[in-house]
Amino acid sequence: MSDAKTMKLVITRFDPDVDAVPRTQEYEIPVQPDWKVLDAVNFIKDEVDGTLSHRWSCRMAVCGSCGMMVNGEPKLTCKVALSDYGDELLIEPLANFPVVRDLVVEMEGFMDKFKSVKPWIITAKEMAAEEGTNRQSPAELEVFKQFSMCINCMLCYSACPVVANEPEFLGPAAIALGHRYNMDSRDEGQAERNEIFRGEGTVFSCSYANECSEVCPKNVDPAAAVNQAKLNAVIDWATGLVIPRKGP
Amino acid sequence: MVDVARHDIVIVGGGAAGLRAAIAVAEASPDLSVALVSKVYPMRCHTVSAEGGAAAVARADDSFEMHGYDTVKGSDFLADQDVIRYFVEEAPAELNRLEHWGCPWSRNDDGSVATRAFGGMTTKRTWFATDKVGFHMLHTLFQHSMRFDSVVRYDEYFATKLLVDGGVCRGVAALDIRTGEVSAILGRAVILATGGAGRIFPFTTNGMIKTGDGMALAYRAGVPLKDMEFVQYHPTGLPGTGILITEATRGEGGYLKNSEGERFLVERDYGVGTKAELGPRDMISRAIIQEIEAGRAFKGPYGEYLHLDLTHLGEELIDKRLPFVRELGRIYIGVDPVYEPIPIRPVVHYMMGGVDTDIDGATTLPGLYAAGEVACVSLNGANRLGSNSLTECLVFGARAGLVAVEFANGSSAGNEDALRAQADEERAHIDALRGRVKGGEKISQLRREMTSAMEDGCGVYRHQDTLRACVQSLAQLRGRVSDLRLEDASRVFNTELISALELINMIDVAEAVAISALDRKESRGAHTCREYTARDDQNYLYHTLCSFDPAGPRLGKKDVTLGTWEPEERKY
Repeated sequence: MSDAKTMKLVITRFDPDVDAVPRTQEYEIPVQPDWKVLDAVNFIKDEVDGTLSHRWSCRMAVCGSCGMMVNGEPKLTCKVALSDYGDELLIEPLANFPVVRDLVVEMEGFMDKFKSVKPWIITAKEMAAEEGTNRQSPAELEVFKQFSMCINCMLCYSACPVVANEPEFLGPAAIALGHRYNMDSRDEGQAERNEIFRGEGTVFSCSYANECSEVCPKNVDPAAAVNQAKLNAVIDWATGLVIPRKGP
Repeated sequence: MVDVARHDIVIVGGGAAGLRAAIAVAEASPDLSVALVSKVYPMRCHTVSAEGGAAAVARADDSFEMHGYDTVKGSDFLADQDVIRYFVEEAPAELNRLEHWGCPWSRNDDGSVATRAFGGMTTKRTWFATDKVGFHMLHTLFQHSMRFDSVVRYDEYFATKLLVDGGVCRGVAALDIRTGEVSAILGRAVILATGGAGRIFPFTTNGMIKTGDGMALAYRAGVPLKDMEFVQYHPTGLPGTGILITEATRGEGGYLKNSEGERFLVERDYGVGTKAELGPRDMISRAIIQEIEAGRAFKGPYGEYLHLDLTHLGEELIDKRLPFVRELGRIYIGVDPVYEPIPIRPVVHYMMGGVDTDIDGATTLPGLYAAGEVACVSLNGANRLGSNSLTECLVFGARAGLVAVEFANGSSAGNEDALRAQADEERAHIDALRGRVKGGEKISQLRREMTSAMEDGCGVYRHQDTLRACVQSLAQLRGRVSDLRLEDASRVFNTELISALELINMIDVAEAVAISALDRKESRGAHTCREYTARDDQNYLYHTLCSFDPAGPRLGKKDVTLGTWEPEERKY
């Protein structure tokens, strides 16, 4: 495509081997009208400055790799159009995460939170593969489907004011994931997960800011998951007071 | 000296095949330690981008015989028939397992799993979770794998070399992308599950990470690549980006139309018969190219294109069954398929070829296994049917895992000093490449030249002269890639270094594709020669083997396993 215009990208650079603190670097590049923000970053990487580091892969908003702060807001950069912005763009690594290098953030903490909610089907008795499938009605599927759409892009952690103050907070995506399994008709692990959710730094730390749902590129609505999870954790606890829970 | 990590089974690749293999090992032998080495976090692997579904017999009107026949016919009779039989019989149990592990399969009103029609399949046997099937399968597998403490993940570790001692593969040298350190990750068996190599082409549905790494690793270790000339063009990619628009659009009733508004697959004879839009991918991609050549296409900034028309399906069905297609259309080409047809053109999608394996996923190198798109177990022959590949990752990932366990139980750990020495050598090689400012060749430039050579030589239709030119260009690029210029000397998350290593892998794989294609002087499945238009069973009913040689690739042959279905003319 022709009618290229020029744009200035101001990008955070940080190499722990060299830099004590992050710095910024400016790039003036020709851009195409149909480019996404990621295309501009890739252009810099390929043609202007090979030392710039960032993550990306699918470029179709499903692998979740390319989250960055764009003019101060967490965005999936393969999904947002460059034309939504003016002539200058500020690109930073996702907020609320330690930075490994340039636009690459540390994911280990997120992965630990992710695993801590036991994101798998828990049942007393496992079915044999030859026994066929569980019956699950379209209505039962609908109950959790939305919460299964999370691509783990971590934008919600960058937007969350609680994560900003309390890095140990379990956070929107992990809670939504645990809730997704709790709401699955095939799962029997609610008691275990609700116990996790009643612990410190989980659902009750949420301050209802709703920022997570606003930035979610997949309309997962993690805020709704957190609110439902809170309620379920309380009901589960109250029921446990009245009716003694069965042993394992 | 490099660090050494010891495990029992080393799996390279965190997508569907790698995760399924890891789970199979963990379930069968919880005492065995599994290393899962992946250059990206598992949920980023390219399985995530698969859209339409996974095939397995599920309905009363279906049978293993029918699924098998569809597959062998789709393959243009180049698939191994024992592999097909095993595949179709195992497929339902594998998809059941995914269901038990939480995959949100779309459902019928009675709560059973829903199935949809797909190209080349005679009945509805494609299981789906709306149109994000790869995404849901990958996340289900990854989350389920977290239950097993015996699976140790090496996330963002890039495997660069197979470590071989005493003629047995016993591990990999891998670069920790985050620290820049190379280490030896050792086991008593290694399974490659690194996916395909779509990025050797400029216009592909594949994500950036699909650079044929496992193919190149095996190839350079002396394992032949098989049937590499068979590259699948998916009929419906978005012009410009190459983003996949799933075949499920046609499974749900969508039409392909030319610039005259004609359903050319119905109105003209392209050999797909009454299947029309649900013909196999190779035939439909050829039909589209012929429509373009006949001048019945639209012109756009990214080349000529046709229309995929879903407007008659209605908003409700599209939102229920194809919501991702609607999202992709709106965001990436500015078209809402509820109201307007989607511009599409054929796009490189899948490698039928790969690392030569037998039905167990075993390669010619003892201790080395492969499964999924990286492998050529010969399920797909000359043309894969849509929705067979996700199931293939499960069926053959699981089998490779179990067979690798057997092998490991009977095998020693090998000579650690010898293995470590190989990894030390690899570290020296990588250290020399990192920040190599004295080089004269730019990564992006060579990548462009490689992909451009592949597009010219190995397109939907292939000419002998352009193929020869392609082979020559690639041989030249193989020389030039040793003089790469790298600007980034940092050890921390040096993605320029990764790009360089990926480019070296891609050029090896691309060369294998082009040389194999030049040698097959017939038209079969996805390999269509302008000069040799017919299938030639007399002379070419064999698998092509391509082996690495420093002087240039060497070709060989391997028999096709027949026995159930006699090769016949492929007409629909």
